[in-house]
Amino acid sequence: MFQVFTDLADWLVFSVFNLSAQTKLGDALHFFVEDVSKIFVLLVVMIYVIALLRASLNIEAVRDYLAGKHRGIGYLLGSSFGAITPFCSCSSIPVFLGFTSAGIPVGITMAFLITSPLINEVAILLLMSLLGWKFTLIYILVGMTIGILGGFFLDAIKAERWLQSFAAQALKQGQQQLNDNHTPNEKLPSLQKLTLKERHQFAKSEAKDIFLRVWKWVFIGVGLGAALHGFVPAGWLQQHLGAGQWWSVPAAVFLGIPLYSNATGVIPVMESLLTNGLPIGTTLAFCMSTVAASFPEFILLKQVMQWRLLAVFFAMLLVAFTLVGWVFNFLTPYF
Amino acid sequence: MKEIKVLGTGCTKCKNTVTVIEQVAADKNIAINLEKIEDPAKIMTYAVMSTPAVVVNGKVVHKGSVPSADDVATWL
Repeated sequence: MFQVFTDLADWLVFSVFNLSAQTKLGDALHFFVEDVSKIFVLLVVMIYVIALLRASLNIEAVRDYLAGKHRGIGYLLGSSFGAITPFCSCSSIPVFLGFTSAGIPVGITMAFLITSPLINEVAILLLMSLLGWKFTLIYILVGMTIGILGGFFLDAIKAERWLQSFAAQALKQGQQQLNDNHTPNEKLPSLQKLTLKERHQFAKSEAKDIFLRVWKWVFIGVGLGAALHGFVPAGWLQQHLGAGQWWSVPAAVFLGIPLYSNATGVIPVMESLLTNGLPIGTTLAFCMSTVAASFPEFILLKQVMQWRLLAVFFAMLLVAFTLVGWVFNFLTPYF
Repeated sequence: MKEIKVLGTGCTKCKNTVTVIEQVAADKNIAINLEKIEDPAKIMTYAVMSTPAVVVNGKVVHKGSVPSADDVATWL
């Protein structure tokens, strides 16, 4: 199925540019052309098809469903909906406030908001086609677990104390309302009815939007991969940044903070790091930190959280990603 | 004159929404009163959860994406 991209790279690099597969440059360029063309096609097709299917799932329905849910199941549901609900990070504040004013506990809202950037359907399909279902499954489980435990932890420390006062006020009113008419919503989120044309419109604009946002990351990711592939001796990464170096995981997490990308854009980077021998835990830690812990996100969250909560939240994510990295590096030999 | 408000926390899509509305209004030569609302507490009062959203004369007419020029024309 992917042979066509290999052929394209063969033709472009060996015939048009007249480079030999034996040279480092030829090898690296071949890798670059093959991977970039493959990922671009996969991305556009997948985003379109998936957007077509999930055009009707909206955030309001998810909120109504989550309102009044018991906390235990709430974290799991919040995290699951975070994984499947389409949502752009510039909406995180309205979503936070919408959930909060419906009386949904901060922990459940944050379970949603932590999982949302980490897991989405496009990322899942891309992971499956580049890295296989086993790695994909691990990635989903880890992402959801961080969301669920993170939400649980924030409620356990009573994070709502440190909301900005208007948000705290909204939460109180929402919970009051929930208590007054206690009829938890048992129905699954109801879906909007959309015509095929509306779906196509939505899918087309999604594909364009996401592609324009991530194409440069694909370039950087695959470019990095090509450079490693052609110029860094095999095994060098493993030897110098391997599982034996405990500090490489926190270093990867910190390196990920100033870098900011969405999950779709960072997957090609993961692929190139993994195939060049960076341990799975270090790779996961780096990529999750890039996707979920970023300065723009924190500046947004500052509008609804006090510094104290923001600091706790930030620290919590960093610790979580570091632990994930260590645990996976430790467990890899036993897989 | 119509009161139009664009709700959004300051992302590119919100800025584009303002541009589209200004453009259509200028093309059709209609005077509007356009305001951009970035304060989350105010956005919350419209019960909107996906931005950018457009409010015309106090009523939410659009949310979650940059509206098309055709959509904007129907509001003016």
